[in-house]
Amino acid sequence: MEWVNIIIQGVLIGGLYAMFAAGLALIFGVMRLVNIAHGDLIVLAAYIALMTTDTLGLNPLLAIVVVVPIMAAIGYGLQRGLLNRTLGDDVLPPLLVTFGLSVIIQNALLELFTADSRRLKAGAIEVASFQIGEGIWIGVLPLLQFVVAISVIAGLQLLFYRTALGRAFRATSDDQSVAQLMGLDNRHIFALAMALSLAVVAVAGVFLAVRTNFDPAIGPARLIFGFEAVIIGGLGSMWGTLAGGIILGVSQAIGAQINPGWQLLAGHLAFLIILAVRPEGLFPKVQG
Amino acid sequence: MPEPLLDVRALDAFYGDFQALFGVSLHVSPGEVVAVIGANGAGKSTLLNCIAGAIRSRRDAILFDGEPIGDQAAHAVVGRGIALVPEGRRLFASLSVEENLLIGGQVGRAGPWNLARIYDLFPVLAERRQVPSTSLSGGQQQMVAIGRALMSNPKLLLCDEISLGLAPIVVREVYARLPSIVAEGSSLIIVEQDIVQALKAASHVYCLQEGRVALTGSAGTLTREAISAAYFGA
Amino acid sequence: MSAAFHVEHASRSSRIGLAGFAIALVGLAAAPAWGGRDDLRLLSEIYAYVALASLWNLLAGYAGLVSVGQQAYVGLGAYVLFGATILFGMPPLVAVPVAGVIAAVISLPVAGLMFRLRGHYFAIGTWVVAEVFRLLSSQISALGGGSGISLPAGIVTAMASSRQMREFLIYWVALALVVVVLAAIVLLLRSRYGLALTAIRDNELAARSNGIDVTRTKLVVYVLTAFGTAMVGALIFLQKLRISPDTAFSVNDWTAFVIFITVIGGIGRVEGPIIGTVVFFLLRQTLADLGSLYLLMLGAVAIAVMLFAPKGIWGLLVERFGWQLLPLERRLRLTADPRTN
Repeated sequence: MEWVNIIIQGVLIGGLYAMFAAGLALIFGVMRLVNIAHGDLIVLAAYIALMTTDTLGLNPLLAIVVVVPIMAAIGYGLQRGLLNRTLGDDVLPPLLVTFGLSVIIQNALLELFTADSRRLKAGAIEVASFQIGEGIWIGVLPLLQFVVAISVIAGLQLLFYRTALGRAFRATSDDQSVAQLMGLDNRHIFALAMALSLAVVAVAGVFLAVRTNFDPAIGPARLIFGFEAVIIGGLGSMWGTLAGGIILGVSQAIGAQINPGWQLLAGHLAFLIILAVRPEGLFPKVQG
Repeated sequence: MPEPLLDVRALDAFYGDFQALFGVSLHVSPGEVVAVIGANGAGKSTLLNCIAGAIRSRRDAILFDGEPIGDQAAHAVVGRGIALVPEGRRLFASLSVEENLLIGGQVGRAGPWNLARIYDLFPVLAERRQVPSTSLSGGQQQMVAIGRALMSNPKLLLCDEISLGLAPIVVREVYARLPSIVAEGSSLIIVEQDIVQALKAASHVYCLQEGRVALTGSAGTLTREAISAAYFGA
Repeated sequence: MSAAFHVEHASRSSRIGLAGFAIALVGLAAAPAWGGRDDLRLLSEIYAYVALASLWNLLAGYAGLVSVGQQAYVGLGAYVLFGATILFGMPPLVAVPVAGVIAAVISLPVAGLMFRLRGHYFAIGTWVVAEVFRLLSSQISALGGGSGISLPAGIVTAMASSRQMREFLIYWVALALVVVVLAAIVLLLRSRYGLALTAIRDNELAARSNGIDVTRTKLVVYVLTAFGTAMVGALIFLQKLRISPDTAFSVNDWTAFVIFITVIGGIGRVEGPIIGTVVFFLLRQTLADLGSLYLLMLGAVAIAVMLFAPKGIWGLLVERFGWQLLPLERRLRLTADPRTN
């Protein structure tokens, strides 16, 4: 029974990891950019949520409504103002610039908020749980977060495959120059993609803030979780990313159960095994 | 003499240090079909890319409807009513046939062309609308590429080597549609290696050789010798 | 029949540069005579960063392998040194090259995994590897687990006859190490491998179609870089006398600073990391009190350099004056054919 609970917890946190991953995968799909500052932006969202709840007195989960547009706007500006300049054939500039960005965000947050651990209070919902079977309990908050994660991913799938914007993203990803011939302004499309990515990051950041203690330095670890989920799941579809997140979450949960110090290692091990055995991921893109 | 729809004046084009076009001048009148012929590397595709905005030029080197557009970016040019059917089709691999057509209409210009009319023009596409675009035959892909460009309701349609890699019978099928396109209000520039097809379809011909206009005249009056000389260089 | 051409590497500025290096080397080797304890420590730190940055530059700027996980080998080298001396009684200075060899061996399977990732994903993958090393090392209770361990006094005093001698010894080893690393890099770049690397850097596909075994060349560079980085790491922590997982595998100390140094100095040119280290330490002396603001500024400067002067300070100087400090050019000189004269 203990194991069932462990697996369930792993699955539920996998949803959060999938959200970390979805933002990463989205940008890579549209513009072949991997944002090394991605994890730090998740932490930034958490701090923005902190400021929002402090000034407006909102429940953090409602603060999402404020944090999402702020982060989306930051994403648009960041891409249009800075990151668009780094795109091109050379891998080095976007990598180094986003790495520099990561360092800047971490240290700016350190200056503004100190290294103290913070946490957002969501009230009674944090400890609420219900029983679904003999000795099997599910926390309400983790379940809510999992459901939100699935909705976000379903929403992204819908956007990409059923809307004009999604078509624009896919076309730009396929062939940038011909997409221009269709009237699509690449600079604008890329900025929209980043805005969307950071909107997802905003949701993930708020849930992170409620779920765990956070401080300016935990960004890189979130980047790594998102990255591992993407590699495990494969670049084929958003649902693959969800699967990747779940596998990562479950691996970590099993590892933690065997030995608390092994939680992260177990996740990394799962990642390395997939990399060794099936580098294209479990649900790779089918080349047409 | 009515003002030309497209007026290209002494256009130069460069790829880095390499000059591809030298003072090319050309014009297209409303409702006209103009052919641009020439050997490989003569600069035909470069010319179309300049007109479409994929290559930036001197502002007043290209006038469209009287407006200088030489330095405009491609996504702005299509908004003005110039659409390019790129060499090699270049359909979007992640999109289905219908999605490729729809994205052609992304720019939202008003006009006679819409999905239904494109499917009228190319009925075979209607049957295969949800299929991934790259799984079609070459001729069908060419139809999608043309349809995609038409969806932006262009006043000027640029066709870059639409016969490339297609069987003669398929080429004839594709070319048979061109009159309906013109009838709906688009002028055409067709770049062709297939001189016979080009001369049949066009009213006016330009022959490029090594980046320069070597010969120009109405399709009926040019002799084979003159064309040969201009094509290959005397 | 003799070849009708030969390849010339030197130029006037590189002759001046080499002479300058030789003079500087003599002066630095004599530092124990004119410098105090703090001077020696500072110089050792500078040598370590020049070496680390040069190695990272070789990996990223020449082989196109942008790693943000080289701290894996810094820490690995350091832990092998501590393990070898504490658990197996190896003399510390012997343990330095041993650390290099072990790191080189370990880097082979790591490369096997990492080379399955491209570009940006490769970068993050190397970070994961560093994290794995860090987590594993905190599981080794014999070496202090998560809180780390100090080098036992017995081992330390056994290194040399006095504390001063010991510090001189470590200083000279640090100087020798950076000279060896730089010399090795220059020789590598002048060799056939170096030519292959430049080709790969410019256009990988073209290099491949010219018969260059791209994967093998990259692997060689990766392993050599791991070898060098681990030795530098071992020496750094030998000097610190104390190790812990967080310091040994610190992203800030061993990757962020190294990357910023190389970017600001100039990626893809051997002189870049040297210039960058000098600038970095000058900035640090003047701005050290600012703490995290200092890192923030460094990041901003690195971004600005990447956007507006992507070849770094040295790149600007090369463009302007055509200098080179080290003989790395390749110029074809035709020897006169005696038959035509």
